[in-house]
Amino acid sequence: MTQTTSSTTGLTSDRLLEAYRIMRTIREFEERVHAEFATGDIPGFVHLYAGEEASAAGVCMHLDDRDAIASTHRGHGHCIAKGVDPTGMMAEIYGKITGTCRGKGGSMHIADLSKGMLGANGIVGGGPPLICGTALAAKFAGQGGVGVAFFGDGASNQGTTLEALNLAAVWNLPAVFVAENNGYAETTSSTWSVASDNIADRAAAFGMPGVIVDGFDFFAVHEAAGEAISRARAGGGPTLIEMKFTRYYGHFEGDQQKYRADEVAQAREHLDCLLRFRTTVTGDGRVSAQALDAVDADVAALIDEAVAKAKADPKPGDDDLTTDVYITY
Amino acid sequence: MSGPGDHQVADSIEPADVQTLTMARALNAGLRRAMESDPTVLVMGEDVGALGGVFRVTDGLAKDFGDERVIDTPLAESGIVGAAIGLAMRGYRPVCEIQFDGFIYPAFDQLVSQLAKMHYRTAGAVRVPVVVRVPYGGGIGAVEHHSESPEAYFAHTAGLRVVTCATPQDAHWMIQQAIASDDPVMFFEPKRRYWDKGSVDLRAASAPLDRARVVRSGERLTIAAYGPMVRTALDAATVAEHEGISIEVVDLRSLSPLDVPTLVASVERTRRLVVVHEAQTFLGMGAEIAARITEACFYQLEAPVLRVGGFHTPYPASRVEEDYLPDVDRVLEAADRVLAY
Repeated sequence: MTQTTSSTTGLTSDRLLEAYRIMRTIREFEERVHAEFATGDIPGFVHLYAGEEASAAGVCMHLDDRDAIASTHRGHGHCIAKGVDPTGMMAEIYGKITGTCRGKGGSMHIADLSKGMLGANGIVGGGPPLICGTALAAKFAGQGGVGVAFFGDGASNQGTTLEALNLAAVWNLPAVFVAENNGYAETTSSTWSVASDNIADRAAAFGMPGVIVDGFDFFAVHEAAGEAISRARAGGGPTLIEMKFTRYYGHFEGDQQKYRADEVAQAREHLDCLLRFRTTVTGDGRVSAQALDAVDADVAALIDEAVAKAKADPKPGDDDLTTDVYITY
Repeated sequence: MSGPGDHQVADSIEPADVQTLTMARALNAGLRRAMESDPTVLVMGEDVGALGGVFRVTDGLAKDFGDERVIDTPLAESGIVGAAIGLAMRGYRPVCEIQFDGFIYPAFDQLVSQLAKMHYRTAGAVRVPVVVRVPYGGGIGAVEHHSESPEAYFAHTAGLRVVTCATPQDAHWMIQQAIASDDPVMFFEPKRRYWDKGSVDLRAASAPLDRARVVRSGERLTIAAYGPMVRTALDAATVAEHEGISIEVVDLRSLSPLDVPTLVASVERTRRLVVVHEAQTFLGMGAEIAARITEACFYQLEAPVLRVGGFHTPYPASRVEEDYLPDVDRVLEAADRVLAY
């Protein structure tokens, strides 16, 4: 098992701006959903990805149309990073007919196969087995495609995840397993629920490389993911990467978070992926602060529009109750 | 009695397009035809490759189609079904073998929460044409986990088709129809009938995948059965005929969707219905059928719809399974009761 540290090498200014735009879009999206959820307009529950943006962005920037990802109940960031339209996503979260899945998926099941996004998933540990299937298909296709399963520390204890890790190793699949360890499965600390010291330690049991990454550090994520994905594309088999970080909001919106202390304020001030990214890229002169500010303004306008549209869009009708259950029945 | 010329004689009597096969061979031939006609069809499961499956249903397929189309898996039912879903999302038509009925439970979440819901969840954008083959039912002395009838769990789940074959002819064709279906299909195979022989017409199916069939015409009452119990129902009808009672037998074939019109048409004539299945009667298929037929045929029925099935217990010890499984006597006892009204 290795520990990856930060490096900015190999990224052009354009790619750095792209990375920043993805992370900023996720952050803005999530902060806005947080605010809007409090008004009571959004049905059901939402699980916000804010704080974890570097993971989705740093991994998905290596992916293209050959590749698929499986996501979690905390899936908005993965969707955005894999190219799903935030406007459709916002409408989906509002349950509107213009949503990515016509309101049938909601926050926890946004899926867009045209983008290789197999779906967020309300079942913890539901996604990793699916990635074994797409990765096997990619292996058959021989075009270098990979599958990436994002899952949390909670899912790391699910049998489905362990089955998927074993399958991927046995079949030598082009798969990458990204354990996003944000410290808590709902309210249960991963320091208690994960028996090994690290989730990545378990990789050894499956005969695959295990890597621990500072999940707040975009460059560390990007480098570790790049190495794992390159190895997978070249036929070198699967990798387990563990991101260590903190989520900025509760397990769900409304979670009083009595199980944790003031770690979020500390993280926001000292560890935040966007702040660190800005400091790094403006510090070495690769990207100007003005260019980043322009992205901030663009993204804010985009999310404003997405929210306004989602609020105004129509709901599904009664007819939608019975559509899409079967293709022929 | 046999000589070198017998085989040729047999061929001339029985044309190659109608063959006598066991159900296991009929399934095998159906899988083979599906794989020949569609390169996206894959077979996957525990020991399906070199061994050909514990019931030999996939016998010879790995040799002829290779290990990229007949895929041996670790013992991991969730992983098998989940991987099949992922393959289907990438354009394949995987056919998973779950080795025994009781082994399906570890895959329950992937079947019910992922496979069944994917099409709906994506508002129709994603299709997952996965077939899950499940040898099911008792009669082989193998106690629980190897003798169960879990079909109602899946019929209860919207998004899954649930079918079951009772004859080699249907086994051969229904597996091909299931593979051709764009919806996911739970395909239940009555394992104690795997070695029963029957005539298989290689030219045409008996019926579409979602239709029940009247497999014996009769006048006084209808028995609805499926899978392993169709033969039991037919045997009961034969015995009843000697006593002057004419029984109609309907093979349901599809449990979801349920072919209610075929059942209604039968019951409107016979005015009595007995439903027979191995699964426990409590909240089993018979309960749904009784409700539906009572609603549709309330003024035609001469008697309540009766059910003959397993008890509300775990599948029993091997030495007493004959007391648990419906047999001809129990079916005829139910027939007597509905005729006594």
